[in-house]
Amino acid sequence: MSEASYPEDLRYHPEHDWARIEGGEATLGITWYAQDSLGEVVFFEGPEIGSEVTRDQPYSEVESVKAVSDVVAPVSGEVIAVNDSLSDAPEAINADPYGTGWLIKVRLSDPSEADSLMDAATYAASLE
Amino acid sequence: MTVESALRRTPLYQTHVEAGAKMVPFAGWEMPVQYDGIKEEHIAVRTHAGIFDVSHMGQIEVEGPGSLAFLQRAVTNDISKIEIGGAQYSLLLNDEAGVIDDLFVYRLGHDRYLVITNAGNHPADIARLGQIARDFDVYVRDASANYVMLAVQGPNARRILERTLHLDLPPRMRVGARQIGRRPAIVCGTGYTGEDGVELLIDPEIAPAIWTELIDAGVVPCGLGARDTLRLEVCFHLHGNDLTGETDPISAGLGWACAESTGFIGSDQVAVLRANGTDEKLAPFLIEGSGIARQGNPVMLDGEVVGEVTSGTFSPSLEKGIGMAYLRPDLSEPGTELEIDVRGKRRAARVSSKPLYAKEK
Repeated sequence: MSEASYPEDLRYHPEHDWARIEGGEATLGITWYAQDSLGEVVFFEGPEIGSEVTRDQPYSEVESVKAVSDVVAPVSGEVIAVNDSLSDAPEAINADPYGTGWLIKVRLSDPSEADSLMDAATYAASLE
Repeated sequence: MTVESALRRTPLYQTHVEAGAKMVPFAGWEMPVQYDGIKEEHIAVRTHAGIFDVSHMGQIEVEGPGSLAFLQRAVTNDISKIEIGGAQYSLLLNDEAGVIDDLFVYRLGHDRYLVITNAGNHPADIARLGQIARDFDVYVRDASANYVMLAVQGPNARRILERTLHLDLPPRMRVGARQIGRRPAIVCGTGYTGEDGVELLIDPEIAPAIWTELIDAGVVPCGLGARDTLRLEVCFHLHGNDLTGETDPISAGLGWACAESTGFIGSDQVAVLRANGTDEKLAPFLIEGSGIARQGNPVMLDGEVVGEVTSGTFSPSLEKGIGMAYLRPDLSEPGTELEIDVRGKRRAARVSSKPLYAKEK
């Protein structure tokens, strides 16, 4: 998508990652700002299902033609799904970063962590 | 430590910004890395025509009765083989036969040459050439401010240029004086993409108008990102990555650009390296599965480091990781299977022949 967008229903981490919290689970991805800075994503390889991600720590990388960027976990938890369609179509991360470009799903180990993430307006303001 | 200083801008800076280019610092210049996207720009050059602002590159004029003798001493290739209107790739070496820069030498007249340098090395080139020139009847002058340099590359580049600018273009590896925008210009049948095309040295004042005219004629504006993927697919060296002051021409696979018989500075060392062989050799590779190797990644065999990646990227034409690495010579043969340690993950790689990408005939 060519226009910046930060959906209201997501929570945001300062390293430009988002989380969609649904009960005890969260879907994670990178923000519009992150994919725009990186340029066309050409490679993403997710972590192993069953592995643990830790809040504020990188759990994977996304690569554009020119650059590699860490993907930081906005929340901690166990990986329960990886978006396998990205191995053939990593450009979905650019085209639809909050939809088909999601990266992984986790089972939250500490649901209260989500409280300290930013809402859309705060995150958008942080980019100014 | 380098001192922080203002980045230089080419006369096309405003044109790039207005077109939405993403500007980045490169070799002391603020240059467009991409417009709409590296992949699209890359494919445009492979299939149609693209234009690059390469005004950060330097130009050095060499003039006078001692020009030939001077250049034979200063750079590695046999300058006497360049006819008037010819172009030749060459190297400038330090006293240890390390590569200060790789260059193009254009012969504009009987005793008149133009040397094209890389932006980051231009000051060192000027200093080195100026020093060597003291022993010759020659005049060496930095002419970089006189030109905007544009590379117009791709299978349709010549056709569009001829039609749009009403130019008669020199063939590949030839150079000629022309008029562009009613001003004197130099047109060269050279490039850094593996495609047909030309490089234009034009008057900075008319550069924005010429750029816009070519864009309007359908030429796709391209940034340094695509320039890098295009050159790596065809295994052209990038100084700073694949060539440095510590790499010699033979290890780099550039023995073909060295004519030791001319007595250039470093020719004795090059002759020894050519005769005795080197400890490593630059070789291109393809990543076999997934992953993208990057500059600095170690190359592994049976758990041992056997080389280092000097250039690595994603190839938009091949849609896989590609690169070049300095390897133990016995491992530099095409087909050799290796592993590359990409930030802790082992990626399977295979040594390839040059170029990595070849146009379908």
